[in-house]
Amino acid sequence: MRDPEIHRLTMPKWGLTMTAGMVVKWLVDEGGEVAAGDELVEVETEKIASAVEAATAGVLHRRVADEGDTVPVGGLLGVIAGPDIAPEQIDLIVEEFAETFVPGEEAVTTGGPSTQRVQVGDRSIRYLALGEGGPPAVLLHGFGGDLNNWLFNSDALSTGRTVYALDLPGHGESSRDVGDGSIDTLAGAVTGFMDALAISPAHIAGHSLGGAIALQIALSEPARVASLSLIASAGLGPEIDAGFIEGFVAAERRRALRDELQKLFADPALVTRRLVDDVLKFKRIDGVADALRKTATGFVSGGAQSHYLRDRLGEITVPTQIIWGEMDGIIPASHAAGLPDSIETTLLPGAGHMPMMEAASEVNLLLAGFMERAAVTP
Amino acid sequence: MARTITYQQAINEALDQEMGNDPSVILMGEDIVGGSGADGEMDAWGGPLGITKGLYPKYGDRVMDTPITESAFIGAAVGAAASGLRPVAELMFSDFMGVCFDQIYNQAAKFRYMFGGKAETPVVIRTMYGAGIRAAAQHSQSPYSIFTHVPGLKVVVPSNPYDAKGLLIQAIRDNDPVICFEHKSLYQTEGEVPEELYTLPFGEANVVREGGDVTIIALGLMVHRSLEAAETLAADGIECEVIDPRTTSPLDDETILESVESTGRVVIVDEASPRCSMATDISALIARDAFGSLEAPIQMVTPPHTPVPFAGSLEDLYVPDATKIETAVRQVAGYSR
Repeated sequence: MRDPEIHRLTMPKWGLTMTAGMVVKWLVDEGGEVAAGDELVEVETEKIASAVEAATAGVLHRRVADEGDTVPVGGLLGVIAGPDIAPEQIDLIVEEFAETFVPGEEAVTTGGPSTQRVQVGDRSIRYLALGEGGPPAVLLHGFGGDLNNWLFNSDALSTGRTVYALDLPGHGESSRDVGDGSIDTLAGAVTGFMDALAISPAHIAGHSLGGAIALQIALSEPARVASLSLIASAGLGPEIDAGFIEGFVAAERRRALRDELQKLFADPALVTRRLVDDVLKFKRIDGVADALRKTATGFVSGGAQSHYLRDRLGEITVPTQIIWGEMDGIIPASHAAGLPDSIETTLLPGAGHMPMMEAASEVNLLLAGFMERAAVTP
Repeated sequence: MARTITYQQAINEALDQEMGNDPSVILMGEDIVGGSGADGEMDAWGGPLGITKGLYPKYGDRVMDTPITESAFIGAAVGAAASGLRPVAELMFSDFMGVCFDQIYNQAAKFRYMFGGKAETPVVIRTMYGAGIRAAAQHSQSPYSIFTHVPGLKVVVPSNPYDAKGLLIQAIRDNDPVICFEHKSLYQTEGEVPEELYTLPFGEANVVREGGDVTIIALGLMVHRSLEAAETLAADGIECEVIDPRTTSPLDDETILESVESTGRVVIVDEASPRCSMATDISALIARDAFGSLEAPIQMVTPPHTPVPFAGSLEDLYVPDATKIETAVRQVAGYSR
């Protein structure tokens, strides 16, 4: 029985390698009313800690998992339903779930496809494709990041469309060659990727450096772009914490890198040791430091952004939205102010430079909603 | 791209890729080609365990079989390093270090200092250590602390394939003599290793497992035994933080002290003899610099102070195992003044 008013709150899958998460803390009492998007429970994985949000409004009738429990991906955390449901019915739901749930299988099936590679000119580009339907979405990470920066988003956005998250040249597991490291070159690599996979037009969402690349594509090849979502984007003004860029490139050891990564988040506790280790593993590879340095010179020089297109925003013809964390310590949220009226702007309180991770549910709603509206607007 | 390979493959790959990257890298050692100077197939062996297999066909004379005289070929490697090459010498068993100790301890380690900083000795000595394979007292020791004791040497003890590759490439690129201790029971263990060249800096410990109750510090094979113990203990609510220093010289004091400051309880696991060892050295470091944080006496899990026994039943008792580690952890976790 699958009563549509009953919502089974399950352990989400954050990233390809997650198989289980630990319930750290419940944020809502049993019997508490919740709205869609409310944070219900804090969950910690090997790599990251975050909150699981309510997908629907209702009453949290049952907290099935206790604090401290480790629950496999897809396992039952709690039950949300309308206010009038009988406790016996909740018991039935919990029992039925316990009888039918197969953890391994669920972890595998919700994992979906693993990453793939495509040859774009001389470069091999790694990407993740999820979901089906069009127009598809293309997600562009920021400087020093990779497709895993979208681990809270790619799955949520893949309802009704294909989502492509890729590693930019020099990043993640794509080829290290960044050419001259300029935004133009990186934008060329992204359009080359879209050509190779016959993606056009696409909703393009870009974070930070990825935003500047998305903006460049929207200006030079608007026909490829169904909508543009810029998150804490570079390319909208001169200010940037250039010290972060330098420190990130230079950091060879855990402590130094941790200090830099903490600047990305409003809540520095989100920077787990595992996250730092993963970034270090990437940075230690021969050629990565050079590629990062070159990429940095492509958009930052003399302590400020060198490549910004704010004055050309008026030329953009595709639907555009801007999302920014109010507490962004890398690129100031003030870059989101004073833009043309046609651009939808959302400031997220309590989020830093990584709102798609720190305020994942809000960003997912904003991205999905915007893409849906842009898809029906001629 | 990372894929799963063995510790042995990771070492072979590090040698192969860095030889391809830098023509001054050469290899020397006993039977590392296998077949030299005799009838039969070259590259027949690739070392007693096949670690260097496939490198002779690819790099020819840059991979040299040497006579069974450690004093001669380690001396030659040190000299080659001082005159501009980057030799990686394989010393089959670390137990044989005694034969060439002068070349390492009184020559290679001293050149930079005694020649006023004008000489560099970028030599790497790879060697196999550790008990557990019924190889008796002369082929089973763990003498890394002897070399840690010598100023001018760097000492690496990788516990997994990722570290083995990254630390070996770092060792080859390092301008000072480096000794890499590879545990013979780890060669077939698997782990994720990037295909590309990468380096791991020396003196950066790995926090292999996080936990707030007891800090376990362990090297090489003992990291795995400690993790095994930590899993059992976690089921009883004792969360261990397992720290693998990865290099004993330089030693990452900071990571060790930081962990001890949060747990206050320490177990050090060392496969080497218990006197003048890494266990005693780290124990002294903690007692001096984190005394105020300690809530229990430091425990050391080590073999007894005897040669490694030949009898299998005795050898099994000799090497620290998960049960002994578990007991030590329970002791420090339950201690109150």
